[in-house]
This record gives sequence, structure tokens and C-alpha cells, in this order.
Amino acid sequence: MSATTAVRPVRGPHRAGGAGARRRATSTLQRVAVPIVAVIAWEIAARAGDSPFFPPPTDIAVAFWETWLGGPASQLFLSDVAVQNILPSLARMLGGWAVAVVVGVSLGCALGRSATAMDYAGPLLAFARAIPPPALVPVFLVLFELGTPMQLATIIFGVVWPVLLNSADGARSVHPVQVQTAQVFRIPRRQWVFGVVLPAALPKIFAGMRVSLSLALILMVISELVGATNGIGLQLALAQRRFDFDTMWAAVVLLGALGHLFNSVLLAVERRVLAWQPGGTRKGGS
Amino acid sequence: MTEPAGTMLAVSRLQHRFGSGPDAPTAIGDVSFEVRAGELVCIVGPSGCGKSTLLRTVAGLLSPTGGEVVLHGERVTGVSEDLAVVFQDYSRSLYPWLSVAGNVEFPLRTRLGKAERRARVAEALGMVGLGGQGGKRPWQLSGGMQQRVSIARALAYRPALMLMDEPFASLDAQTRADLEDLLLRVRAEHRTTILLVTHDIDESVYLSDRVLVLSKSPATVLKTLDVDLPVERDQVVTRGSAEFVRLRTEVAKLVHS
Repeated sequence: MSATTAVRPVRGPHRAGGAGARRRATSTLQRVAVPIVAVIAWEIAARAGDSPFFPPPTDIAVAFWETWLGGPASQLFLSDVAVQNILPSLARMLGGWAVAVVVGVSLGCALGRSATAMDYAGPLLAFARAIPPPALVPVFLVLFELGTPMQLATIIFGVVWPVLLNSADGARSVHPVQVQTAQVFRIPRRQWVFGVVLPAALPKIFAGMRVSLSLALILMVISELVGATNGIGLQLALAQRRFDFDTMWAAVVLLGALGHLFNSVLLAVERRVLAWQPGGTRKGGS
Repeated sequence: MTEPAGTMLAVSRLQHRFGSGPDAPTAIGDVSFEVRAGELVCIVGPSGCGKSTLLRTVAGLLSPTGGEVVLHGERVTGVSEDLAVVFQDYSRSLYPWLSVAGNVEFPLRTRLGKAERRARVAEALGMVGLGGQGGKRPWQLSGGMQQRVSIARALAYRPALMLMDEPFASLDAQTRADLEDLLLRVRAEHRTTILLVTHDIDESVYLSDRVLVLSKSPATVLKTLDVDLPVERDQVVTRGSAEFVRLRTEVAKLVHS
């Protein structure tokens, strides 16, 4: 995942005030310009096409407001529908993801440091990871209770693999001289795991966590489409069934916004946590 | 620490083979030598003769297939508590996620209290001329400065024996000369016992009290030379002296024989 390093801005000692500010303003403009133009084009095309399946963005925005917002300040301006559906959705998604990260990182680091364990478990992991997670929804529908247990199982099982395999890869990439240094100074086991293996694996772990987070959002929606009593996915399905395409699109927009938000937050955290990486010179370890 | 005249390290009939069976390549044939407390001994030999394997065996990172290593009276099995190693590959040996001070402090974390750790780190960084650089990341420093951090980490650990594996081999000539003098100064001040492996004949003579010349692989000790140069060494004066030239010529002949 070289995207990890590519996105990080190079922090140079010299960044002249005026020129830097102008460059930043220009780049912000560039980033905002294309989406604005795209939305305007969509609006014009939708009004010209006049298809009920493709409502113009302004109609979607109205539906968005009516469905998700407009609540009292005590609910952070969220509507009742939003509170009853967004919060459970996010709780399942983030909860499942968190469990998968903890399991994936600890198992992955253990596997990565043991060549024999990896030899035994490798083929099984490769197979498990190759199963498309949505294919397991019917299986988990049978195995677990309808609703949260089944959804959590789907999310956890679906998103654990990128974290686990990336952690194993990262833990394996601790350089022999780094290992020997720890041996020579007789670094105790705990300090070795948390002071050497984990930091060394962290760039890869974060790459895995980001893949997993976007997968978690996908699986959250899919699991809510088929077996849920609440959630954004359920609202999406309900709107579609009652031919309320404005609301259906409003749910799609909400999901896109949430996905973007989570990814941005995780990227910001990653940038802080991995600030020790030599700028640009380190390409994904080893 | 032991008495100055005592034997710090005794290596006897050391052997190392990679793998097993009659065809297994032998890296170290039969090596015996001693290092007295406070001494600086250099091991020099042709490249690929097993110098690094020898050092790693003495460090306990590799277990010998024959013979034994005794570090102040105790037989070494595994890595001893009482030694530190300075590796050639300083950029890998320092952890990039820790600051310079964090790297020096790392081995002390579970061994000393916070105040004492901080004092030792400051002292060690001062010794290698890096006082005030503790907050930087290792990769923000030049190669020579990174190797100084490695040396500081070893010094802060206060080992009975410091092993150095071609510590200056990847540095440019000027930096190398600076670090050689730094090493001599630190050792004079702290009476650290040092065993240093190098392929640089001049360096071995310049730094040492004694030079051990190894043969081609499988390594055996060809000769031990006492270096009778004045304790105060100087890059220009010492290297120009007749005794230095005589010694380096003798070592060179042995290495190339």
C-alpha cells in the first residue's frame, strides 16, 4: 500500500508563507472545483432527463434534510429517523471493525513472528480471505439471530482478513538487525512485542485498517438490506420499496459521506501516529 | 567491573559450522584468544573469513558448534547480560519510531528508574558529542551521527564488554577518522573493554592495543600482534610513525598471505 506514503505531505523546513498559502488556496480550489461542476452537471442532466429514478441533486438534498436532519438541538439536529437508524448502524459497523482490528492485529503479529505457524495457517488464511464476505450473509442468517448478532458476525468475519494479513506481513518485516539489536540488549518479551514488533508493523497495520474500514461500511449496508429491524441499509431498502427515490438517493449520499468521513479521520490519526516515518524515503517497510 | 588486569573474555577452541553433516561449511575453524579488562582488541582478516560470524558467536547470537566463550568467569550460553553490540548497519540498528534519546534509553527501560535513565542517556549522548540532539529522529541525522547514537546506546548500557562489528565501514573517510578518535577518547575515559571487528588494516592498528589477524575461511588466528604505539594517538602523527608503518605492513602481509 504505497498510498500510505504517497498521500503524506512532505514536511520541509522551508515553506515560504505567502507562496505556501497561495499554493494551498489553489489546491483547495482544485479539489473543490470538480465536485461542484459535477453536481451542477448532474442537476442539469437530471432536470433535462426528467427520470423518476434519477432525481436532481436539489431534490435529493431536500429529501436528505427531511429524512436525516431537522431534529431538535438536543439530538444534534438529527431527526428521529436518523437517531433510530444511523446510530445503530454506526455502532454495529465500528463495533465490528474494532473487534476485527483487535483480533486481526494480535493474531497477525503472532503469526508474522512465527514462520512455522504461518506455514501451517497460510493456506487456510488465503482461502478464508478469498471468500467474498457478502456470500456469507445467508450462512450467518441461518447461524445467528436475525439482527445485530448476524450483522456483527458478517462485519467481523468480512473485515478481519485485511488487518490480519497486513499485520502478519508487517510483523514479518522486522529487519534482522532490528531483531538482533533487541536480542543483544536482552529486551524483555513485552517490550519486544509493544516496542519493536508493533511499531515496525504499524504502517502495514494502518493500511489494513483502512481497507477494513471501507469494507465494514459495505458489509454493514449489505447485512441491513437483508436482515435488519433498523439501520441506514434498511431505510434505503424501505425507500426503494415504496418508490421514494429521493429518499433512497439521500441514503446513498449519507453512506458516501460517512465513508469519506471515516476514511479522513483514520487518515488523520494515521498521519499523527506514523509521524516518525522518514518522509517519503520509506516505502511500506522491509 | 573486574580488576583491570583480569581476563574479561576468554575464547577457547571456538568452532562454528553452518548446518550439520560432514559437508557443512565451516566458518570458524579453531579460534582461541583472550581479551583483558580495559583492552581494545581488533580482529582483522580478509573479507569473508568469518569475522562477523566470530563476533556474533562471541555475542551469543549464534551458538558455537565447538569450544566455548567465557565472559568474566562465566560461560556464555545465549546472549549475556553484560555485553553490548554496535552493528555496522546503524540505520537498521536504531529504531526509527523512537527519538535519538528514546533509542539510547530503550535497553534501560525495564532495568532502571526514570531519573537514572534520563541521567544515563544525557551522559552517553554528551560523551559522543550529541548533547541536545536527543529529541531528533535517528534518520534526521547523518550516518556518522547515527553511528554515534548506536555507540551512545551501548555506553549507556554500561556493558562489561562492547563488541563492534565493522562499526565504521559504511562511513566516509573523514567521519570514520572522527569516530575512531571518539572511540579512543571514550574508552580512555571509561576504561571500556572493546572487541572490534574490521577489514581495514590501518584502522585495526590505529585503534588497538592488540591486533588478532585471522586466516582465510575457515578462520583461525594467524598471529596476535601487540601494538606498542603511544596511548595518545593522532590521525597524522601516529599513522606517519615508523612503528605504525611496520605494524600495518606486517598485518597486510598476513592478511594477503
